[in-house]
Amino acid sequence: MKKPVLKIGALVAVLLLLTGTLGGVFAQDGETVTILYWQAVSNMNPYLSGGTKEIDAASLVLEPLARYDETATMIPWLAVEIPTVENGGISEDLMSITWKLKEGLLWSDGTPVTSADAVFTWTYCTTEETGCAQVANWTDVTNVEAVDDLTVKVSFGVPKPFPYGPFVGSTSPLIQKAQFEACVGVAAQGCTEQNFGPIGTGPYVVEEFRANDVVTYTANPNYREEGKPFFQRVILKGGGDAESAARAVLETGEADYAWNLQVLPQVLASMEAAGIGTIMNVTSSAVERIHINQTNPDPALGDARSVWAEDGSNAHPFLTNPAVYQALSMAIDRQVIAEQVYGPGGVPTCNLVAQPPIYASSANDSCLQQDMEGAKALLDEAGIVDTDGDGVRELNGVPLRILYQTSTNAVRQANQALVKQWWDELGVETELRNIDAGVFFGGDPASPDTYGKFYADVEMFTNTFDGTDPESYMAQQQCSEVSGPDNNWLGNNVSRWCNAAYDELFAQLSQTVGLEARAEIVKQLNDMYVQGGGIIPLINRADVSARANSLEGVRMNAWDAELWNIADWTRAQ
Amino acid sequence: MATTTKVSALPLDYKATQKPRTLWGDAWRRFRKHLLAMLGSTALIIIMLGITFGPLIWTLDPTYIDIVDSFSGMTAEHPFGTDNLGRDTLARVLYGGRVSLAIGVVAMLIGILIGTLVGLLAGYFKFLDSPLMRLTDMFLSLPLLPLLLVITLLFRDSLRVTFGPELGIFILTVIVIGCLGWMPTARLVRGEVLSMKEREFVVAARSLGAPDFRIVRNHILPNVLSPVIVSATFSIASAIITESALSFLGLGFPPDFPTWGRLLFDGKDFLTLTPALVLWPGLMISLTVLCVNFIGDGLRDALDPRITK
Repeated sequence: MKKPVLKIGALVAVLLLLTGTLGGVFAQDGETVTILYWQAVSNMNPYLSGGTKEIDAASLVLEPLARYDETATMIPWLAVEIPTVENGGISEDLMSITWKLKEGLLWSDGTPVTSADAVFTWTYCTTEETGCAQVANWTDVTNVEAVDDLTVKVSFGVPKPFPYGPFVGSTSPLIQKAQFEACVGVAAQGCTEQNFGPIGTGPYVVEEFRANDVVTYTANPNYREEGKPFFQRVILKGGGDAESAARAVLETGEADYAWNLQVLPQVLASMEAAGIGTIMNVTSSAVERIHINQTNPDPALGDARSVWAEDGSNAHPFLTNPAVYQALSMAIDRQVIAEQVYGPGGVPTCNLVAQPPIYASSANDSCLQQDMEGAKALLDEAGIVDTDGDGVRELNGVPLRILYQTSTNAVRQANQALVKQWWDELGVETELRNIDAGVFFGGDPASPDTYGKFYADVEMFTNTFDGTDPESYMAQQQCSEVSGPDNNWLGNNVSRWCNAAYDELFAQLSQTVGLEARAEIVKQLNDMYVQGGGIIPLINRADVSARANSLEGVRMNAWDAELWNIADWTRAQ
Repeated sequence: MATTTKVSALPLDYKATQKPRTLWGDAWRRFRKHLLAMLGSTALIIIMLGITFGPLIWTLDPTYIDIVDSFSGMTAEHPFGTDNLGRDTLARVLYGGRVSLAIGVVAMLIGILIGTLVGLLAGYFKFLDSPLMRLTDMFLSLPLLPLLLVITLLFRDSLRVTFGPELGIFILTVIVIGCLGWMPTARLVRGEVLSMKEREFVVAARSLGAPDFRIVRNHILPNVLSPVIVSATFSIASAIITESALSFLGLGFPPDFPTWGRLLFDGKDFLTLTPALVLWPGLMISLTVLCVNFIGDGLRDALDPRITK
């Protein structure tokens, strides 16, 4: 009879012990900083994982030659300076770039960093069997050679106006040749010890790595800056969800830093009111937008549903009409969406490329103000009026009924509900649908609910680009990228928007040198796309994280690894 | 209905003043004495009246967004408060109740109908027992949620075109939930029928030459009603909850269409901010399920002549 009591007693004791140790793990002190990533880290090698969490976790250890700071300015990191055409670092014909390493750099095991490591990094990632996730950084690279111990020359097969792909940013750091030499090609995935504990030049070294759980770091004794880092230990804890991570930093103070807080602004604000933490927003290039289907998604079409035809035979019955998509955009009050749904993390935008500022066009800014009367007048003038008295306008006898889909997320559903109310007022009947994010973004060609299949009239999601150069982002709107059955519905052009003039101008962009000239072309491309009804841009979203008030020196960065300057973090006394 | 009690043994003058007692009359008398069941019925009737006539009195549009008035507390204008977009919670709870209860009741009826039929056939006819019970086992082993997802995916679009988004999904949801919820009833009924058909009165009826259909209808069915009614009450509850899960996965009704389950899921993010958003729909679901269970409990006691107090 006593046994169950004993068992329960033992269980309670174990639970108490566990919570006790957890409490110990999370205790704030001057030696340790605790960071929460609610998506847990599975690997410490950014070349074998495309996930932000792995790249951020590795950025404490592995470093690139140059990176972007929080203002999107490129700064030299392991390199002495940023190579340009002016200082001779980039050849006149734009076919090569030469980097110079800082002198006296040491790996955390005490051996010197040399250009051979850079050459090895290139070999490692571009060996096909490695399965490198960052291979896009090495596009057009034909050779990487060590000119001397501290000089690396990267050669390209074509003129490269923007040669800052290799060795720049958190997705392209140096790895140590001595450590990874045996891990090239098919062996890459099997090198658990290396992938879980890479040797780097960064402020921290991995002490313990538990996949999909916790990473413990200690300070790198060979770090190049004297007296840094301030914290002797970093604990990067994974798991949970955004809301509980936010609570741990803002309300209970168990952790110092929480990443990527996709939580409704009212909820976040109520947590911040506890006064022990601060919410941080940094501008990023992410834009929440409504994609307009250029093709007909009518279920009656069977296999031809939402399939783009070059001759325009399968065009959408009313959404390709300029009056319709302009009116839909004018009817939306982006200020209200930004304030009520995205909070301080969102700024209204009318552009595909909203950041960095140099690329942002001002030609479409009229949409920032809602103009319901103007939208109604526009439709009336175009003859799109309600002829049968059911409150829904018709174009050539086709009623303006829209199916509006997006992923399941409290923020998005609130956004949907608002837009529906405005469109209903405009005389466009809107039906909402939300789809589980795993399915919606899953890319399964058999599912009818993926964003690429687009079996709806309009759909909403966010897209963004890495780094600061939008070239690859602009490439997504080309006719060749149209999503359809031939590319398993994985084409980037989900709106199925095709314009020969756009494709021509884009070809110019990839051969244009000079930031100003490139920015001008990007703006023109952006205007073509937005004014041509490819999307209705809504909100330029910010990255949102939280930090404890006692944590100082945090400079959150949307253009590179978020934890890029962790060596400068300190604890307030 | 069949009369089971002969009153000829009673004194003549007594018989003249007393109406003949019937099975259902007795049941109603016993039911009235069951306090919890009476409380449950009263509360359920009030809820039903509320959601039927409430929206006629409280005429605010449940989907109307008044962003200026978001997270309003309990005021005269919004007795249950408003959500993050300023939609009136009272209107949404009333409107959502119509949908949730309708789904619960209709899905329950479908499930009970199939379940009772399968159970009766399997229990009464020996040659049908094995195949029907293996069918039941097969249905029981089907993972409910993935199956629901596949069925909704397959038929959603065609039903949407034929009946419109809301009615189409309603039909789909009740049919799917009903058709996947009959198995426990079938098993219960079969068990009861098996024991019932060996009873003396059934053997007597059979020896008098009564056809199978009459034996089942007059002698077995009334006696297996109590487990059916109890499982019916559970079905209503589980149907309401399954619908909520479907809505949450994005395969139920459109996200702005209020049902109690959807309101609960939407409100959970604001639990610390405005608990009312979760409290009201949660309370309504619990109250309804509780009432239905009490009524089931009372009915079981009332309908079973062997339980006498």
